[in-house]
Amino acid sequence: MGRFNIFQKILLYIAIAVFMTFILLPFFEMFMASLRPLEHLFRSPYQFWSDDMSLQAYSDIWVTVPMLGRYIFNSVFLATVTTMLCMSFVIPSAYSYARFSFKGKRISLGLFLGVNMFAGAVLLIPLYKLLRTFGFLNTYAAMFVPGAAFLVPTGIWLLKAYLEKIPIELEESAYIDGASRMYILRRVVLPLAVPGLIVVAVATFIGAYAQQFLFAITFNQKREFMPLPAGIFEFIGYQTVKWNQMMAASLVGIIPVLVIFLFLQKYLVEGLTKGALKQ
Amino acid sequence: MKSKILGHNTNWQKFVRSHTLYAWLLIAPAALFLILIVGWPLVETVRLSFTDAGLGGEKYIGWQNFEKLFNSRKYPGIVGRTFYWMFLSVSLKMILGIIGALLLNAKLKGRSAFRVMVMPPWIVPMAIGCIGWLWLYNGHFGIISGVLMHLGLLDGPFSFLAYKTSAFYSTVVTDVWIGTPMVTIFFLAAMQGVPQDLYEAAYVDGASRWYRFRRITIPQIMPVIVTMALLSSIWTFNSFEIIWILTEGGPRGATTTMIIDTYKMAIANYKFGYGATRALMVVILLTVFSLIYLLLLNKVNEKFKIK
Repeated sequence: MGRFNIFQKILLYIAIAVFMTFILLPFFEMFMASLRPLEHLFRSPYQFWSDDMSLQAYSDIWVTVPMLGRYIFNSVFLATVTTMLCMSFVIPSAYSYARFSFKGKRISLGLFLGVNMFAGAVLLIPLYKLLRTFGFLNTYAAMFVPGAAFLVPTGIWLLKAYLEKIPIELEESAYIDGASRMYILRRVVLPLAVPGLIVVAVATFIGAYAQQFLFAITFNQKREFMPLPAGIFEFIGYQTVKWNQMMAASLVGIIPVLVIFLFLQKYLVEGLTKGALKQ
Repeated sequence: MKSKILGHNTNWQKFVRSHTLYAWLLIAPAALFLILIVGWPLVETVRLSFTDAGLGGEKYIGWQNFEKLFNSRKYPGIVGRTFYWMFLSVSLKMILGIIGALLLNAKLKGRSAFRVMVMPPWIVPMAIGCIGWLWLYNGHFGIISGVLMHLGLLDGPFSFLAYKTSAFYSTVVTDVWIGTPMVTIFFLAAMQGVPQDLYEAAYVDGASRWYRFRRITIPQIMPVIVTMALLSSIWTFNSFEIIWILTEGGPRGATTTMIIDTYKMAIANYKFGYGATRALMVVILLTVFSLIYLLLLNKVNEKFKIK
């Protein structure tokens, strides 16, 4: 049906190229900047290609900002803990919403989704007080506790859609065989839900990795707990900005999340869209 | 979910349909967590907005913060700018999202690779993406200014973030860049969900590609467009990192949205009470906007009998 002729194909590829240029240009430019010596970067006008490119910046970054490795570790660590905390709240509630009909179901689900209306930035002052009360300020918890909270609603929404597709008969027969409720959840439902759990966990991890900046600059002053999005600004000195190294460090810092994404992208793209489209 | 295979009510089905307590027990941890981390702060924000809280204690001052805010000369401008910023950014995301989804849906070689390539702006930490754009917008050394100079469109270096108008539109472009991948992927999924026989029937009747897009694709994916537009509006309205990293709300307030303004007042100036009033305005305006959106949507749905 309606095949493209060669002319249309060329036009489509050109359009895709333009679209992809917009999407990938910043990364390309970051990479190009990371290859150039600092003095060269400040040559005007802009040069596309030059002969003094090298990977020098990629070894310099660890000297200029000695804590860089720690920042990247912190980012991965924070995202992991955030994901685990978030999932421990998401799994039981998503199961509950997927399976049971009970009083207050609709309204409580609505309230959960309503959390999406509030950004962390709006609630910073009371959050600061709260974290101070618990003694969480300037610790990892100052970042992963609020971080997890804002990711819970979306997690419930996505996982609920997935769990609804698991046939109820399996749980029924387990129940008839005398299995306990917790056993059913742990041994019957969760193993079947593994692909869905992966999707929700990866989406949560990516969200947690992507949105560390605000809570990190507001609730944490200690350098040893800083994630990369806050620590990266150490390349901006009082006198000069080490642009080439900042770009190199940025690209190194996105490797962890990029690797996870590339391994699981098939599940992710499919799962996210399927889950979301059900409603 | 009811079992239709067994045809009669087993204990489990009765249990599933009636057991409110167990259902709530499963939800309780998440509910309590969110009440603590989101619910309480929200209530506290309302309370703080009626006080003069700062670094040196607080006392109740009634509606004074609100009076001060409504009499502020700058504030209407900030509100207007926020909605304009949101409107512009969300519209562009929707348009680019539809175009992107159409392109990624076309039966071409390399399609699955393109679908992966579109994701990075969404995957990568926002702060890192913004650093990339900071470099692109640089006047002397950035590629945009460089290319425009080569083409003769610019006489000299132009720092996009240094002037009011260009800084404003630059932050919009970056926000669109970050938001487009997700919108594209959702629209793409919606397009794949459109029943193929609709297209075949139209094709047999001799409908052109453009006609099929307008009369089949768009109406079929409309529910997803409408949902995404609302979600995207909420996220864009609440967006903080992009503007903060690119311009910190400058130059001379040209990119100060309500969120940036709230942050500056509350965190940078330590005016917790007055800051809370501004935070509350963000919540109120966003809620009102969403309600109006949903109300209009209902009206439109009724009129066209879309369900």
